[in-house]
Amino acid sequence: MEIKLDFGGGAEVLFDNIKKRDLTLDSSKKWTIRTFLQYMKENLLTDREELFLQGECVRPGILVLINDTDWELLGELDYEIQPNDNISFISTLHGG
Amino acid sequence: MVLCKANCGNKAILKRPKTGDALCKECFFTAFECEIHETITKGQLFKSGDKVAIGASGGKDSTVLAYVLKLLNERYKYNLKIVLLSIDEGITGYRDDSLETVKKNRDDYGMELKILSYEELYGWTMDKVVSVIGKTNNCTFCGVFRRQALDRGAKMLEVDCVATGHNADDIAETVLMNILRGDMVRLRRCTKIKTHSNEDAIPRVKPLKYTYEKEIVMYAHFKKLVYFSTECIFAPNAYRGHARMFLKDLEKIRPSVIMDIIHSGEQIQFKENIKKPVLDICQTCGFVSSCQPCKACVLLEGLNRGLPKLGIGKKSKGERMIAQQNLERIHRVKNDF
Repeated sequence: MEIKLDFGGGAEVLFDNIKKRDLTLDSSKKWTIRTFLQYMKENLLTDREELFLQGECVRPGILVLINDTDWELLGELDYEIQPNDNISFISTLHGG
Repeated sequence: MVLCKANCGNKAILKRPKTGDALCKECFFTAFECEIHETITKGQLFKSGDKVAIGASGGKDSTVLAYVLKLLNERYKYNLKIVLLSIDEGITGYRDDSLETVKKNRDDYGMELKILSYEELYGWTMDKVVSVIGKTNNCTFCGVFRRQALDRGAKMLEVDCVATGHNADDIAETVLMNILRGDMVRLRRCTKIKTHSNEDAIPRVKPLKYTYEKEIVMYAHFKKLVYFSTECIFAPNAYRGHARMFLKDLEKIRPSVIMDIIHSGEQIQFKENIKKPVLDICQTCGFVSSCQPCKACVLLEGLNRGLPKLGIGKKSKGERMIAQQNLERIHRVKNDF
């Protein structure tokens, strides 16, 4: 399953400073944001874990959008990722 | 799919933290802009014909402020002349990059831009200050210098007021910090939407006082506004960081907490016998201050004397340091003969 991932607002510094990525996820299993965050932690995160995650969730202050829609409208961690989804992480915690 | 609460038939794209409403992109833009307009008119932040300087850092808040203020000025005929005022602290790899963003705002919005540097005002860049003071207390220098630099810039530009991008989260955070530190003077001042330090001083206003950080970032995202988002390379303010994370944790459980804390800060009654600072003009530099000489002048004297810790901590300690240095100088002169 192909998906797109992007980072903004400074969240990219936690992921090797790469703003946009194309990813292929194992289609044989079901992916939710919950399991995807674990995948990100294990495979993509280059900075300290606590700067991105708090428990199994993103750290408060990091906004998540799925296809440009606030994840709070889509079930947050329980949202089931669909092929070609575009997932964005935008930090509100940087600068000002 | 969630539909927009405004019954426009469009798909909702965000849940507003302030109200919990799900709104579509267009209805969100309208609500966001209208609320700032209401804050401006209710608080009587501007008068027709005013020249307003936006304290522009290139970050999300001031970038959104510049965009929205320009838009509202045209839509509601405020009749303001808006200019950008930026302070260059002289931090390589941080401020020099963010100033490029401000220059882009200048070009995009057709606003005049004035950049004032610590180097030209004080003869010291923050890079140089850090080289003598290290990475503790450096934020004191930067904060004190910036506050005065904005006053100086406002005077040079002959503006009627300075608008800053402080948002609701910033203000709630400051209320919390002032309570935690027992700083009643700042607690009283920090929720004011318009601050006059004295009759002659140029007022500061906060049009984004009731605007949530989440909405500012979402607005910038959907409007594709370009902003700069790198953290200052010199030691983050640890105490503020804790207050911020505490607030963000609370906000997750109860999003209205930000407005509630601001409301509490606004409603607190202070005892009459609480000591209030008397604001005056610094006899050394001529800018507003509550002490003589002002903090900026003391810090600067410390840097120039080679006693960078002079302005840090108690005044009596600073006086002892100067006396000691003067004594040593006399000894040195004597020993030369």
